[in-house]
Amino acid sequence: MIEFRKEFFADERDDDLATIGQRVRRQDILGHVTGRSPFYDDHRFEGLLHIRCARSPHHHARIRRIDTAAAERMPGVVRVLTGRDVPRNLNTLLSLLDFGLDDEPILAETKVAYRGEPVAAVIAETEALARDAVAAVRVEYEELPHVLDPEEALKPGAPVVCDVYPTNRFIYHGKYDHQKLRYGDVEAAFARADHIVEGRYQMSPIEQAPIETCGAIAAPEVNDRYVCFTGTQGLFFSLGTAAKVLQMPSSRLHFVGGTVGGGFGGKVDSVHEPIAILGAMLTGRPCKFAWDREEEMQVGAPRGAERWYLKDAVARDGRILARKFTGYFDAGAYTRLSSYAVIKAVGHLPGPYTIPNVHADVHCVYTNRTPSTAMRGFGITGVDFAIECHMDKVAEAVGMNPVELRILNAYRDGDMKAHRREAKNCALVECCQVVAEKAGVTLSPEARAASSRTGGGGERARLPAFTRTDQDGRVEGFDTGSYARKTGSAPPPRSESTRHTTAAPQTTPSSQPRPAAPPPRAPQPPAPPLASGQRADAGGSMPPADAASPPAAPRRTGALRFSSLSGFRRR
Amino acid sequence: MMARKPVTFTLNGSERAAFAADGQNLLQFLRQEVGDMTPKFGCGQGGCGACTVLVDGAPHLSCLMLAEAVQGRRVETVAGLARGATPHPLQEAFMEHFAAQCGYCTPGMLMAAKALLDRTPRPTRDEVIEAIGGNLCRCTGYAPIIDAILAAANRRTPA
Amino acid sequence: MSVTVETCATAAEAARALGQGAQYLGGGTIVMRRVNAGDQHLSRLVRSTDPGLRAIRSTSQGVSLGAGVTMAQIMAHPDLGFLAPAARAVGGPALREMATVGGNLFARAPYGDLAVLLLALGAQAVMSDGGSPRPLEELWRGGRSGLVLSLEVPRPREARATGYLKVARVHPVGTPVISLAAYLPREGGRIRGARIAMTGMGATPRRATAAERVLEGAALDAASIARAAAVAAEGLEPLDDALATAWYRREVAGVHLSRLLEGLERG
Repeated sequence: MIEFRKEFFADERDDDLATIGQRVRRQDILGHVTGRSPFYDDHRFEGLLHIRCARSPHHHARIRRIDTAAAERMPGVVRVLTGRDVPRNLNTLLSLLDFGLDDEPILAETKVAYRGEPVAAVIAETEALARDAVAAVRVEYEELPHVLDPEEALKPGAPVVCDVYPTNRFIYHGKYDHQKLRYGDVEAAFARADHIVEGRYQMSPIEQAPIETCGAIAAPEVNDRYVCFTGTQGLFFSLGTAAKVLQMPSSRLHFVGGTVGGGFGGKVDSVHEPIAILGAMLTGRPCKFAWDREEEMQVGAPRGAERWYLKDAVARDGRILARKFTGYFDAGAYTRLSSYAVIKAVGHLPGPYTIPNVHADVHCVYTNRTPSTAMRGFGITGVDFAIECHMDKVAEAVGMNPVELRILNAYRDGDMKAHRREAKNCALVECCQVVAEKAGVTLSPEARAASSRTGGGGERARLPAFTRTDQDGRVEGFDTGSYARKTGSAPPPRSESTRHTTAAPQTTPSSQPRPAAPPPRAPQPPAPPLASGQRADAGGSMPPADAASPPAAPRRTGALRFSSLSGFRRR
Repeated sequence: MMARKPVTFTLNGSERAAFAADGQNLLQFLRQEVGDMTPKFGCGQGGCGACTVLVDGAPHLSCLMLAEAVQGRRVETVAGLARGATPHPLQEAFMEHFAAQCGYCTPGMLMAAKALLDRTPRPTRDEVIEAIGGNLCRCTGYAPIIDAILAAANRRTPA
Repeated sequence: MSVTVETCATAAEAARALGQGAQYLGGGTIVMRRVNAGDQHLSRLVRSTDPGLRAIRSTSQGVSLGAGVTMAQIMAHPDLGFLAPAARAVGGPALREMATVGGNLFARAPYGDLAVLLLALGAQAVMSDGGSPRPLEELWRGGRSGLVLSLEVPRPREARATGYLKVARVHPVGTPVISLAAYLPREGGRIRGARIAMTGMGATPRRATAAERVLEGAALDAASIARAAAVAAEGLEPLDDALATAWYRREVAGVHLSRLLEGLERG
C-alpha cells in the first residue's frame, strides 16, 4: 500500500502518475513462473566441458611451482590452464575507462594475495571429473605474512598486498594516495565548539548471496566468433574485459545475457567469461565455468569492509559547525571497483546537512581479504550508516531529539555544499517531518514549520572565507605510466588563488610532459624450477607495454564521458 | 568411460528414460540428460531449495537425490504446471502479486507451494510460511510470495 | 573422487558391502552434499532399498523406527507425537522427506535435532551385527561397526514429561546453535530418572549430567530450574564454529535450558 503525500512540493509536480501505485505485471514474470526465463545455464550444448579452478588455501603466498602434470593425466581432463595461457593476464575493470592500473591476474602466476585466488583452471568432461583433477593440481607455496585489517595494512612494515600499489593504498591519478575533501577550517571550529562528538563505525564485508551463482558458458560460433552466455550484470563491462584479456577484437565476441538470478552488485565485475571463452578457444568445444556455493561465498567479491572515524564540533543549540572524517575502504587484495567506491562515498560527505567546515581523508586500502566489489548502494551505505549513527550520537550529546537535530542541520535549497556545489531539490526536512508523524515523535513548532525551500541560500550560499589545506597525501617515490594525462600536454595549471583555494593539494605543475614509465613492479621472485611438461620460456606475466617510450606521451582515447574521474573536466 | 545407468520414470505425466552417470544427482540429470531446465542449481547443499521438485507428490531437493533413486517414480517440475497455455493458479497468482523479481527461486517456490496446496487446499499463513521454509529468496522479502500462495489457495477452492 | 553406487535389496547385503571402505547413503541430505562437492574421500556409496529400513512398529516398550524412516514419516504418524517437534525442526519440508533417523544420528555437531531427543528418551540402536540394542552414547563412543537397522525408542510415560527446544539464528530452517531435549518423568511430584541432552556441547549430542543430578528427586519449580541452569554446561565441551563460539554456547546453555524447563513446568 503506497501512501501519497501530495501536499509536499505540490506546485512542482504534475500529478500525472500513471504507473506508480498501479498493479503492473513484470514483463518477464511469465518466463519466471514457467521456468523458461533463460538464465545463462539454461542452454544445452553438445559436448559441453566443465571448468573448475585450483585455488590458494593461503591468504598470501609466493607461488614457487605449479605442477599440473598429474591433473592433466586424470580421466576426462581435456586441458589444464595456467596464467601463461591467458593472452593478457593482468586486469582491472576500470582500466576500460582509463581509470586504474591493471593489477589482478586472471590466473595467478607469481603470487596469491587472498584465500581462494585461482591458480589453475581444469577443463574436463564432467564437473565431477574436473573436481577430481583439481585435487591433483600440485602448487608449491611459500607463505607470506598477511594482513586482514585496513588500518593494520597502513602501518609501517605491513606486508605489501598488491605489488602495483606498494603502500597498500590505491593511487589516484598517479599521485594521490587517498581522496581528500577540504572545506573551511575544522580545527578552528573544534576550538570554539560547545561539544565535541566522536565516533568510530565499521562494517564487515557483506556477501550479496544471489541464489544463482556466478558463471558463464562459451562456445565457438560461426565466422570465428565465440558466443558467451553469462550471468553478468554488466554485459558490456564483461565483453570489454574479455576482449582485453583475450587480446581479441570485441567483434569476435557475442555475449548473451541480461537474465540474472540475482546480482545485487556481485556480478558486476565477473571474470568468468574470459576463462570460459579461453577454454572454448583452446579446446574447440563449449565450456562452462561456474562457481559452486562455497566459491560464491568465499571467492566471490563481497561489499567491502569499511571503517569510519567521525568527529563533530557542535554548538549548544545543535548546529553542527564542523565534521571531520577519516575513512578506510577495505578493497581486499585487488582494486576491482573499490577506488570508485571511495569517490562515491566522498560525494556523500558530510551527509545531507549544511556544515560550514568539512575535512575528510578517505583511503582505498589493500588487505589480503577477498577483493571486494559493488553491492546495493555501492560505496555509500557504509558512510551513510556512520553519518546517521553519528547524528543520533550528536543529538544525545546536546539533549535534542534526533529528528529535530536533522531538521535543524538539513540542507535547504540554495545552500553551499562542501563540494562547492549548490544544494538543489532538497527534501530531507519534509522526510523528517513525516517520519516524526509516523513514529509519534513530537517536533517543536520551528521544526514543524521548517521547509527545504525556505531558509537556504544567502549567507549559507557563500564559500568559506578560508579553507585550510595541507600537504597530507603527497606521494613520495611513486611513479606510474601515462594514465590520466592529456594528449602530449602538461597538466592544467593549478589556480594560485589566495581567497578560494581548491580542494586538491598544491602540486608543482611540470613544465613538460613526464616521460611515460611502466607501472612499478615488485622485484621478480627467483625463477621456479621447471616441472616436466612446462615450456622453457620465461614465466610470469609482463604488464602491458602500453606506455610509449619517452619522450612522446601516448594519445588518450576512450570514454571521455567519465573524464571527471581522471581529472580532465575543468571546474 | 564412466558407468551409466538407465533410469525410467514419469516426468510431468509422461514416461521418460535417460542415462544417469554413476553418482549423478537428480538435478543434474533432469537439466543435462532429460533437458528439463526448470529446476535450478543454487547451492548443491540442500540449503536454498531452488532445486525443489515433487517425487510421488512430495517435495524433494533434487540436488541431494541420486538420479537413479527416481527409477519407477513420478516426478513433477514447473514445466508441468501449466495446462497448455493456461497457467496454473499458482503461476497466475505469482504473476499477479509480483512474487518474483529475478525469478531464480521461483521454480522451487512454486513446487513447494504446489506440494502444500495439493495436501492442504486452504492453508493458514503460518502453514504457507512453513511450506516455503526450505526455499530462500534474495529479492522479494517473501511477503509477495506468501500473499500469492494464499491468493492461489483462495481461488482454487470453489466459493 | 567420482563415486560408484551400489544398491542392495536388503540391509544385510548393504552391511556386508560396507565392510570394504564404502560410505552408506541413506536419505542423502549429508552424503550427497559431499558428493556434490567432489569430496576426495568418497569413492563407493552403498544404499539399500530394504523396506524394513522404513518401517515403524509399535513394541511393548514404545516404538521401533527403521533407520531409514524420514522426518516426514515421523511427523505424519499418529503415534509419534512425542517425536514430532524434533522431526519438524530438521530443515524444511523437502529436506524432511529425505532426512532419515539413522542419518541424523551421525550428523556432525551441531546437527542432531532428532538425535538429541532420542538420547534424552534413552533410545537404543539395533545394529546389523545382531548384538543386543546399544545405547546411543555407546554407539557414538565406539565408532561404527556395521549398519544401524533400527532405533528402539521408549514411549514417554506422560506426554508432558518430554520437552524439546531448538535454538537457531534463522527460522524456520536453520542449523542449530544448540538444541535441547529433556525427559523428566515425575512420581509424586518429584523427578525420577531425569535425562537432559544437548547438541553443540560436544562432538556428539551429550547428556547434561550436572543438570540431571540437580533435578533428580526434586520438584520442577523455579528454584530447581535455576539450579539446573547454573550448571547446564558443566562437564561439556561447547563447540566453536562459524555459528557461535564456545564461549557463547556456554553462556546461553543455561538460558535455553531454563526456557525449556519452564515450558515443562507450565505443562
